[in-house]
Amino acid sequence: MVFGPNGSGKTTLVRVLGCLTRPTSGWASVAGFPVHTHPLQARRAVGVLTHAPLLYADLTVWENLLFFARMFGVPQPGQRIEALTECLGLTERLHQRVRTLSHGLQKRAGLARALLHSPQVLLLDEPEAGLDAPALSTLETLIREHCAQGGAVLLTTHQVAWGLSLAHQAIALWEGRVALREARPQEYAPAFQDAYRRLLAGAGG
Amino acid sequence: MRSALTALWGIIWKDLLLEVRSKELVLPLLVFVLALVVLFSFAFEARPALVPLVAPGVLWSALTFLGTLGFVRLFSLEREQGGLEGLLTCPVPRSLIYAGKLLAGVLFLVGVEVVLLPIFSALFNLPFLLPRLWLATFLATLGFCAVGVVFSAMAVHTRAREVLLPVLFFPVALPAIIAGLATTSAILKNEPETAGRWLSLTLAFDILYLVVGGALFDYILGE
Repeated sequence: MVFGPNGSGKTTLVRVLGCLTRPTSGWASVAGFPVHTHPLQARRAVGVLTHAPLLYADLTVWENLLFFARMFGVPQPGQRIEALTECLGLTERLHQRVRTLSHGLQKRAGLARALLHSPQVLLLDEPEAGLDAPALSTLETLIREHCAQGGAVLLTTHQVAWGLSLAHQAIALWEGRVALREARPQEYAPAFQDAYRRLLAGAGG
Repeated sequence: MRSALTALWGIIWKDLLLEVRSKELVLPLLVFVLALVVLFSFAFEARPALVPLVAPGVLWSALTFLGTLGFVRLFSLEREQGGLEGLLTCPVPRSLIYAGKLLAGVLFLVGVEVVLLPIFSALFNLPFLLPRLWLATFLATLGFCAVGVVFSAMAVHTRAREVLLPVLFFPVALPAIIAGLATTSAILKNEPETAGRWLSLTLAFDILYLVVGGALFDYILGE
């Protein structure tokens, strides 16, 4: 779980690990693949959800997911799309253009795209923003199931209590560097929240 | 190999579907180049003796505008639709994305040319079936697209892409435009040997553009 104020580098971290931005210095690897030397393997191993759903506005949800399934070489894409969209409550919207969906539904469709190829690592940049309570509950279930199946999730959020309730490890970024680190965040949630509050107060002062 | 072909077809299918839905590329381009050719044909009042001198210039002005306007939209549409970054997260080589966008671009432009060329032939009293003219136009379109896709991807993140793209595109595509123009001129003057030589040169430019374009695309889409 990654926390941090605006501009601390959370989105940049997700973009670098998702091979959307080249690191200007240093190195990064995801699922054991260095992003600069093995970008294809790294991309295959990750599913990315950023602030935008990364879908084509004039295509339907089905067409978008079919396109990305082809690009990721998903076997039996039809079945996979049906299963995922049912799980995310999108079955009724499958043949609706993305442009006509609400922000929350677009986010769900974006999540379906990120999960389509069953990635080892999920990179979720503030995924809870714009989701209603049932969708948030589905997101939590998906994250827990993904981790239970041996996958990893890197999630950025401003919702500290919610984030800590899901986290196995937590860090807080400050100006692109790790300012706080907690290996057992659920056990030490109050202490982490206090330290994070002090970090933000220090930033404000 | 099969997955590469599936991904390639996926990109072309997606571009065709987006064009069918948005109608932002082929239809406006067709209207524009037809208007251009009709205006020129009336302006020059082409008599038979003048046709070989005037017609190639008219055709290649239209094709050059067609290419430039087409490429401005090719990647802009991708960005405006919001899927460009989604495409960049896919585990396919950038050269495959280049090939997909190139083939989609060729299909769009050839689609416009299939309508344009017979009307151009009718307006300038030329035979409808001049296979070498069609071949010259197709080869030049391929060269246009090979360069245009690269510059379109380069300009997509800039605010002044409508201005920037022609500035970048024209100097590099000029040899192909001149070769196409000279081929058309030789065909209309009934000089098959000269036309053949220019046609070979157009093909050479196409190969050069395709190789360099494919090699550069990875760096261009890197950020």
